[in-house]
Amino acid sequence: MAVRDHLRTLRLAAWLGWQIESNWARPALFLLYSFIRPIATTLILVIMYLIIKQDVSSDPAFFSYVYLGATFYMFVSSVVFGITYVIHADREHYQTLRNIYISPVSLYVYIIGRATGKVALAALAVVISMAFGILVLGLPFDPMLVDWPLFAIAMLLGLACLVSLGLALAGISMLTAKHSTSINEGVGGLVYLLCGAVFPITVLPAWGQAIGLMIPVTYWLELIRRSLYPGEGIAMLGGLQDFGDLTILSFLLASTLVFAALSLAMFHLADRNARRKGKLDMITTY
Amino acid sequence: MSSAIEVRSLSRVFSGRKEIVALDDVDLTVEEGELFGLLGPNGAGKTTLIKILCTLLLPSSGTARVLGYDVDSEAKQIRKRINMVSGGEISGYGLLTIRENLWMFTQFYGVQGKVAKQRIDALLEEFGLEDKADVKLRTVSTGQRQKMNIIRGFSTDPDLIFLDEPTLGLDVTTSISIRNYLRRWVREREGRTMMLTTHYMREAEELCDRVAIIDRGRIVAVDTPAGLKRRVGNDSSFLIETTPIDTARLSSLTGVRGLTARPSNGHLKVRMVLEDESVIADVISAVVAAGGKVVGLSKNEPTLEDAFMHLVGRGLE
Repeated sequence: MAVRDHLRTLRLAAWLGWQIESNWARPALFLLYSFIRPIATTLILVIMYLIIKQDVSSDPAFFSYVYLGATFYMFVSSVVFGITYVIHADREHYQTLRNIYISPVSLYVYIIGRATGKVALAALAVVISMAFGILVLGLPFDPMLVDWPLFAIAMLLGLACLVSLGLALAGISMLTAKHSTSINEGVGGLVYLLCGAVFPITVLPAWGQAIGLMIPVTYWLELIRRSLYPGEGIAMLGGLQDFGDLTILSFLLASTLVFAALSLAMFHLADRNARRKGKLDMITTY
Repeated sequence: MSSAIEVRSLSRVFSGRKEIVALDDVDLTVEEGELFGLLGPNGAGKTTLIKILCTLLLPSSGTARVLGYDVDSEAKQIRKRINMVSGGEISGYGLLTIRENLWMFTQFYGVQGKVAKQRIDALLEEFGLEDKADVKLRTVSTGQRQKMNIIRGFSTDPDLIFLDEPTLGLDVTTSISIRNYLRRWVREREGRTMMLTTHYMREAEELCDRVAIIDRGRIVAVDTPAGLKRRVGNDSSFLIETTPIDTARLSSLTGVRGLTARPSNGHLKVRMVLEDESVIADVISAVVAAGGKVVGLSKNEPTLEDAFMHLVGRGLE
């Protein structure tokens, strides 16, 4: 299929994804929800932090570690599980999956397109959460000290990694309706626990640290923290202080490529199995 | 004329707690330009066959070629040129308007924007949905959603379209207008092929150039509707109206090829195919013996339903 066809599929799916994400409520309600949700999500951890540490200024690096991790983890939950939910929603709720499946579009590209709506919404949530952190909670941030090129590259690779992970789970979703939510929650919980989202991976047992070091999200969050925090202190917290930015970037690139290849293989295998087992148009009302 | 569909020794088994043989060694050829019907009762394997042909499901064994391409290894080539609509289908994105839903699907098939718009407008008018075009899909009735899906199938102008029970659940007027459109669609476009599944005898008889009768996963016969009716041969078709009785005793009579019974105004209308006219005397005796009273009796020209009963040994119900 020509690149032009894939681009058209991406554009259409992105448009559809945005319509679905943004049109479920009146604009005012949607805007209100968009502001409240990310703030509420991060405030839970902020309150826990404040109970333990009393104030932000006592350990700004550690506060940034927790806050940035919690904020950017919203991409993980939103993008990964959003992508997986495309299969469930299109198959069972809209009942369009079979029509899309038998059309000439690549289902893989279509799902990536649908994910862009999730990425846009997650980005909005992260921006709102960051603004709240900086303006209300005193999160250390200086735009002049941000390593923007590192941040941009890390974001690009991080999103590619999250989309890959989402596609692998979407493949599994094609084969099951009943268990897809629990698989998502299980994977989400494990990644949250092992990738140093809110606490350094050094507090994990050795086997947990070993797994954490194989997950690209670990490197992605580390690079996001290092690029955004105005100073050196944050690099000492995550357990990756022995590695320079470029080394971690190369870890992220390598693990993302492996994840992408595995996800592609897994998706194609699941696609074939779903077609063999007749799962592509099953409606279970789950 | 080349074949639009070629199916050889096709089987499909669904494994699970209980193994179900949905298709059993099916052979079938549909020529380009044909309006071909698959007629059979629920669970006969019609939908399974359609799903395999439109690349949604893989066969367990055998081969199927659509427009010259293998459904397993060359699905991409097939998908560009086909479409499918299932009866009772209410799929679609409720947050989009009917026009947006349709437009999006035409774009998935790469239909040029201007052409897509013209085609969608024409089809909306044809199916009486033009006043609902810019209404969100979630607000329209089930019947209107079904119509939108039929339009979706034709809006990509496929070379081959699969329609699985297209008029299922629709009112009589709408069903008639859809049948008229289907007939015109095939006739006015050279080389366009349609495969239609139905369990409405009349629909198959009215629309199809040829019909395959499918039962329990096997193709029992393939012929024109007239040819199938001729197969009734020396058999006789009778319609008996009686007071309600248990028809099981009638089915087991020697010489009764098949029967269907439908309640009507407090009575029972029993349509039956008999090997010989003389068998009717035994049938009437059996009705009386079962406590029934014959209130009407007529001999009919064989219909497709009679042909079905003759071939399968029972009615579609």
